[in-house]
Amino acid sequence: MEDSEFNESYYSNAKSYLLTCSTDTGANLYDHLSHLLTKILIGTPADPLATLEEDSRDAKKCRVTSDPQQLRDQWHFDHKWNLASKQIKLFQKHDHNPSTPESEDEDILPNLMRIAHYFELSGEGIQREEMFRIWLAMNQFLSSELYPIENIRLWGKVLGTRRNYIVLEAELSETEDEETNLEQTSTPLNSPVNCQGGTQDTESDIDSDVIPTTIYRPPPVIPAEQSGTGVNKKTYFVCNEPGEEWIRLPDVTPAQIVCARQIKKFLSGDVNALVISNPPFPGHEMNYLRAQIARISASTVISPQGVYKFDEEAEGEEEEGRDSYVPDPDFEGLTMAELADPEIRYWVHHVPYILPQGRTKWFNPVHLKHQEEMDEGEEEDEEREEADEPEPEVGPPLLTPILEDEDIDGAPPWVAHYSTKLVPEYAVAILHSSLWPGAHAFAVEQGKYFENIYIGWGMKYTATHLEPVLPPLPQLEFPSGPETTEDEDPTPEVEAAWRKRQQEWARKMEEEAEAAEEEESDEDDY
Amino acid sequence: MEAESLHLEVDYVGSSGTILSPEQKAALQTSLVILKNNQKFNRVYYWGKILGVKDDYFIAQGIGKDEMNDKTTLYSKDCVNWNLLPPATDAMKKTSRLAKGRFTGDPSYEFEHVEVKKTYGENDEVQEEEETIPIKEEDRLASVISDIDNDVSIVPRAAFIKRPAGQVVKNRSFEGLTVQEAAKLSSYMHFRDAVKLNEKTLLQRANLDKAIDFLDIIEEDIPKGSWSLQFERGSGLVTLRSLLWLGYVFYHVPGTRKFGCVYTGTGEKNQDLPFML
Repeated sequence: MEDSEFNESYYSNAKSYLLTCSTDTGANLYDHLSHLLTKILIGTPADPLATLEEDSRDAKKCRVTSDPQQLRDQWHFDHKWNLASKQIKLFQKHDHNPSTPESEDEDILPNLMRIAHYFELSGEGIQREEMFRIWLAMNQFLSSELYPIENIRLWGKVLGTRRNYIVLEAELSETEDEETNLEQTSTPLNSPVNCQGGTQDTESDIDSDVIPTTIYRPPPVIPAEQSGTGVNKKTYFVCNEPGEEWIRLPDVTPAQIVCARQIKKFLSGDVNALVISNPPFPGHEMNYLRAQIARISASTVISPQGVYKFDEEAEGEEEEGRDSYVPDPDFEGLTMAELADPEIRYWVHHVPYILPQGRTKWFNPVHLKHQEEMDEGEEEDEEREEADEPEPEVGPPLLTPILEDEDIDGAPPWVAHYSTKLVPEYAVAILHSSLWPGAHAFAVEQGKYFENIYIGWGMKYTATHLEPVLPPLPQLEFPSGPETTEDEDPTPEVEAAWRKRQQEWARKMEEEAEAAEEEESDEDDY
Repeated sequence: MEAESLHLEVDYVGSSGTILSPEQKAALQTSLVILKNNQKFNRVYYWGKILGVKDDYFIAQGIGKDEMNDKTTLYSKDCVNWNLLPPATDAMKKTSRLAKGRFTGDPSYEFEHVEVKKTYGENDEVQEEEETIPIKEEDRLASVISDIDNDVSIVPRAAFIKRPAGQVVKNRSFEGLTVQEAAKLSSYMHFRDAVKLNEKTLLQRANLDKAIDFLDIIEEDIPKGSWSLQFERGSGLVTLRSLLWLGYVFYHVPGTRKFGCVYTGTGEKNQDLPFML
């Protein structure tokens, strides 16, 4: 009896073990084996041992199990998707605004793919797919009609350390208020402290100690040129990737150009980034970018000679130089040899030169000084400094041939090539700038079709290293005056004489005081 | 970048302004194949373009058995005829650094560097002797290419492994960096004999895998920030541009084996880098 009980407990243990459910599928070994054996006995296959594993797998598959993984796949945020979704909007056709006729838009948008094709033949530029996206972005920008644009072209691409800029150059038809434009110029970071400097007033307030004031007077701020003229003739729009919103760059001031000439900084790709430099740059990265664009345009935007001519009908401004040009309808064209001439005799600048002052037209700062002084209306007896009439700065006039550009260390400022030597009939004349590496210009069809572009870091080429501006020396000492100059210590004789004088003076005061008392008492008596 | 896939891979660097015209691409595809055969190279790379004043040089490198040390450099002006450049020795590099200004485009041009030596003669007289050191343009070209390779040539981590015998070969099981890894500068290494690695302490070196981490990582480059890492196409392509040698571009498509580099520039080091950052 005990044996059978023992055996029974063994048997029940074994059976309960076989009946334990598997955690994965909820089935248990006992059921599975019984199911399998039943199948084999019913089916009676030829070689049951060989197919045992397969039969077992099939039996498991037949069982219907519910998937415990009821969670949905989590969608994974992807930058690629982000960018693609922005750019897909470029590929959607826009309906033109019914109020403006369609023909206007078509005229303005340049044939960017044609330009890209010629640049590609010459081995310069950015790849075609990106050019196409930029083209679509330009088209979208024009049709959104946020600004009254007359002309637009791709100025180029400026590389930055974190992100790049794609720059469009546009000419707006209405000049907006200067105020709205200058508002965008951010406040200067380290503006020189405007001390009310000046005259050494030695007569007033001897009682309190006067902290010496500085005699530094900041140079007069030269006003920027109005939008639509000079340096600010064109407006620039930038964005980081085609498909993003276009940001308008504010107009540039002469102070910014002068400072940009002295510093050399990489752009980071964020228009609101700080530009930390010495001398301190008056603005943010958007102003620095705009200043560099202005400098690059002035140096490297060129056209074949004869394409543009001076406007004959404009009133003669012979003193200041002519600043407007029109396309010449009688332009006959130049041969390929002339266009790709290594001496570069047949290309001219058509963007005005920027004077050292930072403007294209000379502004006399003396006028500003007189204006300031009249505003103050004070009548201090200052010695007016002799108004040194500063010499007006002159630059080369518009439409100067490139031949007259300065060399850089003996190397020519521009280099001309043919795009191909193997098929000269269809070659494109391409010019590269040595002064601003990355600036290129091409011409085909005898000079009638040409274009400029800039692709680079936005740096000028300097053969020598950058010599940074050193910070100015601090004021060394107090200005010498009676309070600050050392006196010699009095000698014993001088001291004795002084002491004697003091005693006499004290005695005199006593006598006078007594005399005064007597008089008073005399008066009282009366 | 590899010569075989040149026409595809040059698209990856297009956003930095480096493109090849169809004529150049066609010529390179043909002439590099011939070059590989003639010189019995294992692999040929299109190294880049050095812009000269009058003409540009196209540079190619042929690799033998050892990827790092067995390199031969060649140059061409028209992508068709290739000339061998002499290997750059240290002495050559030292004198070439004295030459200033751009390459002229004429390989036989000689730069002249005038050094003024002061020698004290008799009676404490200071005599100034002017010594003109001629530097051949070919030598300068070889030295500049060697300098660029030394300073900025990079590869993704684990793309190359070092065999126990010391040879450096391509890693066949490299599958590319993930997007997260590709965003970090520590995933890229200089492809040259390790310099900083030997200065690390034993404790730091204990965790490194000797077959993979035998090169310096670029994160430790001085000055900090001399690499510009950007993602193009969202996260589909990562581009590294060197700010020390402006014009050097390295690209990698995360998740794939594709990577490569090219240099298009004037061949001058950016000495003002610390001021510009």
